[in-house]
Amino acid sequence: MRNMISLQNITFKYPGTEIEVLKNVSISVKEGEWTAIVGHNGSGKSTLAKLMNGLYFPEQGYVTIADIELNKDTVWDTRRHIGMVFQNPDNQFVGTTVQDDVAFGLENHGIPQEVMVERVQTALKQVKMDDFLDQEPHHLSGGQKQRVAMASVLALRPDIIILDEATSMLDPAGRAEVIELVRELKREEDMTVLSITHDLEEAAKADRIIVMNQGEVYREGTPEEIFALGQELVALGLDLPFPLKMAHVLNEKGIPLERKPLTEEELVNELWTSFLSK
Amino acid sequence: MDILLEQVEYRYAANSPFEKKAVEEVSFKIPEGQCTAIIGHTGSGKSTLLLHLNALLKPTSGSVKIGDRTVKSGRKEKDLKPIREKVGIVFQFPEQQLFEETVMKDICYGPMNFGVSEKEAKKRAAYWLKEVGMPEDVLEKSPFDLSGGQMRRVAIAGVLAMEPEVLVLDEPTAGLDPRGRREMMEMFYRLHKERGITLVLVTHSMEDAARYADKVVVMHKGRKVHEAPPRELFSDAERLSEWGLGIPEVVKFQRMLEAKSGKTFPKVCLTMDELAEMLKQGGGLS
Repeated sequence: MRNMISLQNITFKYPGTEIEVLKNVSISVKEGEWTAIVGHNGSGKSTLAKLMNGLYFPEQGYVTIADIELNKDTVWDTRRHIGMVFQNPDNQFVGTTVQDDVAFGLENHGIPQEVMVERVQTALKQVKMDDFLDQEPHHLSGGQKQRVAMASVLALRPDIIILDEATSMLDPAGRAEVIELVRELKREEDMTVLSITHDLEEAAKADRIIVMNQGEVYREGTPEEIFALGQELVALGLDLPFPLKMAHVLNEKGIPLERKPLTEEELVNELWTSFLSK
Repeated sequence: MDILLEQVEYRYAANSPFEKKAVEEVSFKIPEGQCTAIIGHTGSGKSTLLLHLNALLKPTSGSVKIGDRTVKSGRKEKDLKPIREKVGIVFQFPEQQLFEETVMKDICYGPMNFGVSEKEAKKRAAYWLKEVGMPEDVLEKSPFDLSGGQMRRVAIAGVLAMEPEVLVLDEPTAGLDPRGRREMMEMFYRLHKERGITLVLVTHSMEDAARYADKVVVMHKGRKVHEAPPRELFSDAERLSEWGLGIPEVVKFQRMLEAKSGKTFPKVCLTMDELAEMLKQGGGLS
């Protein structure tokens, strides 16, 4: 499959600083794949996003977006392929109504009026916010705001969506809304998704997880493979899904389990057969 | 010092065409030395309520008693400084409020505003910086050269340096990584336990409410709909879901175990340790 995002041997320091926030990092994201990048604060994961849309350029290494090598001349071409949704929903609104807001990006790209109207409607329908066309964005819930932000991005028809901590300011219900939307977009539109996150529920839904630690790629694999690292992830400042955490606590209390459960159901069954029914 | 809310109502843009009632008929007590959690869906009125706790907002009707002072509608309040000195609020994303050239100056700003001498303020800055788990050598650095998590700690040190009796925390761990979240909450809880600081925790995390709170106040559509100790509150998942709220994962898991075995545990466990302990002792299941 084609690589939509490819970073090769990237080393990067922020201008005027001495610390290498990324050290020889190589990662790639395939077409139609949902990849999650997880890592502690300061692990370099957000810097990766900034390099992918050309806010910064690496000192060493290459960034390739949809087969275009990213540099100062191609930055606008590559940005056409990428839509980004950021952490704070309130910082992403310019329009006075939901539909104006979605139209803003299209206007900037010089899209003709009639096409624009159609695209705004379609995009808002995709995120199930088409009942809110004339609402003021500031009166929406956090989850609704992030869905409108996604619509603004979708209206530009990118091939790749990058979510940079896009759910971290939302309440649990808002978080679930956004994750469900990403799932649908992937399934129905075959979007390439890259989510940069602390949230395990979000990462667990991805096809592949990349773990960053202190500016380096620590491990890469399916959610099952990554979560099987267990306490190693905790040592990196990350968390584990509930069943694994619970199993660990049970072990420490002297209730040993034979297998490492990845779901609540597995853990219930395991506890039942090896302990409770005896 | 207790804080007592009585029939608090707040209307934004009162008596204008844009008037909007954010909070109504809210009464509850925040007892001294306890940890009170306030939970509720986005838009439930939590944040508006929080602004009443140190008189940043005055109720449009009803009253808020903060220690020996009463803040009431329709009355001009003079000298609110003593209230704000006693009740410190850590807002969401407090790092966005840092502004001074150095960490030292930023932490000293609050206490000096309340009349603490420069010498004393500097002493406090060094002390509280250490308490929030930061190395002393950042004191002379610009807060803007720090990482996001470190900036948050500095901002919190700035509130703590005012040495408030009541500490109000609005989603203090939002945006931090899991370790940062745990360390931050443990720090607040330690301060609460060791120094008797009264904590008010506004949170989306049912886990935190279960683990740390003595009492949980539930807000829904601008009203207080429930008030109970966490063990009681989280035993009724159905009611919580009516307010758009969930239960901690450990409680969900306990319910699954109960469904499998067809028996009920004697109590709802609020932490994984509690549940493991109960299972170990037979859990009343056999």
